[in-house]
Amino acid sequence: MTRTRTPGISRRSTLALMGAGAMSVAAPWVARAQAKTIKIGMPTILSGRVAQLGTSSRNAVMLEVEKVNAAGGLAGRQIEMVIRDSKGQPQEAARVARELVNTDGCELVIDAEASSGAFAVHEVARDLGVFCIHTNSETSALTADPKQRIPNAFRTARQGVHDSIVGGSYAAAIAKAKGLKKWATCSPDYAYGRDTTAEFTLYLKRFAPEVEIISESWPKLFQPDYTEVVTKILQAKPQALYSCLWGGDLTSYIDQANIYAMFGQMEVFAVNMADYTALTVVKNLPKGIHSGNRYIKTFPTTPENAAWGDAYKAKFNEYPTNWSWENATAIMLMAEAAKKANSADGKKIAEVLKGLTIKCPFGADGTVTMRGDDHTLVGYAIGWGTTIPQEPYVPEVKAGDWKTIFELEAEWKKSKGYT
Amino acid sequence: MLLFLVAVGLTLIFGVLKVVNFSHGAFYMFGAYFAMTAYQLTGSFALAMLAGAAGTAVLGLIFERVFMSRVYGADVLMQLLVCYAFVLIFDDVVRIIWGPEFKAMGMPAAFQVMPLFIAGGVVPPYYLLLIGVALLAAIVLGIGLSRSRIGKVIRAAAHNPGMVSALGINTGLIYGGVFALGGMLAGLAGALAAPVRSLTPGMGFSVLIESFIVTVIGGMGSILGALIGALLLGLIRSFGSLGFPLFTEGLMYLFMVIVLVSKPTGLFGKEAA
Repeated sequence: MTRTRTPGISRRSTLALMGAGAMSVAAPWVARAQAKTIKIGMPTILSGRVAQLGTSSRNAVMLEVEKVNAAGGLAGRQIEMVIRDSKGQPQEAARVARELVNTDGCELVIDAEASSGAFAVHEVARDLGVFCIHTNSETSALTADPKQRIPNAFRTARQGVHDSIVGGSYAAAIAKAKGLKKWATCSPDYAYGRDTTAEFTLYLKRFAPEVEIISESWPKLFQPDYTEVVTKILQAKPQALYSCLWGGDLTSYIDQANIYAMFGQMEVFAVNMADYTALTVVKNLPKGIHSGNRYIKTFPTTPENAAWGDAYKAKFNEYPTNWSWENATAIMLMAEAAKKANSADGKKIAEVLKGLTIKCPFGADGTVTMRGDDHTLVGYAIGWGTTIPQEPYVPEVKAGDWKTIFELEAEWKKSKGYT
Repeated sequence: MLLFLVAVGLTLIFGVLKVVNFSHGAFYMFGAYFAMTAYQLTGSFALAMLAGAAGTAVLGLIFERVFMSRVYGADVLMQLLVCYAFVLIFDDVVRIIWGPEFKAMGMPAAFQVMPLFIAGGVVPPYYLLLIGVALLAAIVLGIGLSRSRIGKVIRAAAHNPGMVSALGINTGLIYGGVFALGGMLAGLAGALAAPVRSLTPGMGFSVLIESFIVTVIGGMGSILGALIGALLLGLIRSFGSLGFPLFTEGLMYLFMVIVLVSKPTGLFGKEAA
């Protein structure tokens, strides 16, 4: 399948005609005129604090759907996206998902919700038996826990445990090379912050047993002033700092820590730094912050990935986010599965999707695979690198090793009683 | 110290106008956004601060004259509702003009220097500026209100508006001026905060809650109280995060409760006559 093409005039003009993402919602009559269309429902977060991520999900989906439709559609049927705002509330996400299937007649569902909403939509998919791809929830249990598993639901997002394994081993290698034994953590005080920090330190200590956590800070989510946290960390004098602060909290924290010259005094590992939403906002990005990749057009360093990032920017005038690639991958996988099954039927797509490997700009080796036994995406680009204050922001990303990830993931699953 | 600037504006407005200005946080937010825009346009830090302060002063004046002046006689609930409505409206205005995603202004080059080491502690130069501005504001306000003619008129208006207006002084102008001054102080705090905090719609809310705690601890209507209250709160946060890292927020409220129980008017509040 030719997944990446340079943006040509004809496609651009088609896109302009269709008027970006609003088209599918705003113009249902177009769909009615074409008898063979297939409706795909998509609840996502289009208002509130993380609206930017929901919008970037919608953008990525529309970008890919245009390509699929131009190439003849999903097994010959033109796709019509029906995208609704869930406001980031789980009960609303479930209600919207149900309505999309029962009232709007959507035959397939893309669940572009954060973890809280994804588990709610998952129950709707279980109840209605509709084909569903979770595109944004990174909580490992969603697919790892056998109690959650249903034949009609899949996930094309990265997975928390994968990130922790790669981050932990990357940080441990640097800790050993530079003799960083005393660590501090500073993460937001809610489920994501606590879980992610615990998993990271688990694997950090596993790969570098001499590491010791000497200070922990848990600022509130959306806290305006981090002065007491910054001074506390400076007092503790750690050699390295881990943080999973994100978005505005992270940029605010960096600005405030900057004036205490914190970044010169310790190595900083901030998993959520290398996303364009944060990178383009921070004015004085310190050099040498270690970060996990979220979405960056220079990793993997392939022309396909760069072309995809540029095409997205050309169309929407901003860079894609972590949620963008996860949603684009969902459409790519569905299109390929429908082609193989020669059908747009959810059950048949689900059958083919199990274990399906496709060419993909976001793959570590140019391909990604929908793992058959737990319905989750593997083989996607995952790595850590250090930041510089201008493009490409993270010049060199050290790729995680999928063989190690698989081994440790299997072990982790066993320890949780999942296998 | 930023908290002091926000809180002193709040306490001033309450002291003279007897209005609990729930929308005060919005002025802080506007100050930050005005400063960021001015800084991006001119590249001058001083102009950015000026834009933040002056812009919100004008906004405060308009807000008071057009809306707040109509509800002075009404009960507290009505005033609260009007203010809260404007919290939501101002947040949406910011969202429309500057967009929903967070922004950052960036630290001016002049302050991107190594922090000073004073008596074993780390002190960033920018924070010295903040402390200086806040102290200056405290001194000017303190002396201005107690010594100058305008200050005396303002205090008189707070005490007995009917008598003041009977003496031929335009109380409407005084009220508008005080509100503008309060708004300006919040805006200045927002402008000073812009280089070190991320700017989002709704950023004023958490600051508002804390500045309420400051005014309650210090005593409603007292400038010295706001200063001491802000300092106390800062110390509670710093020591709290060392001693009880999971209970710093709780400590702040606990302290407020202790003050309220032992001295309901606040540390420096005057007993109601």
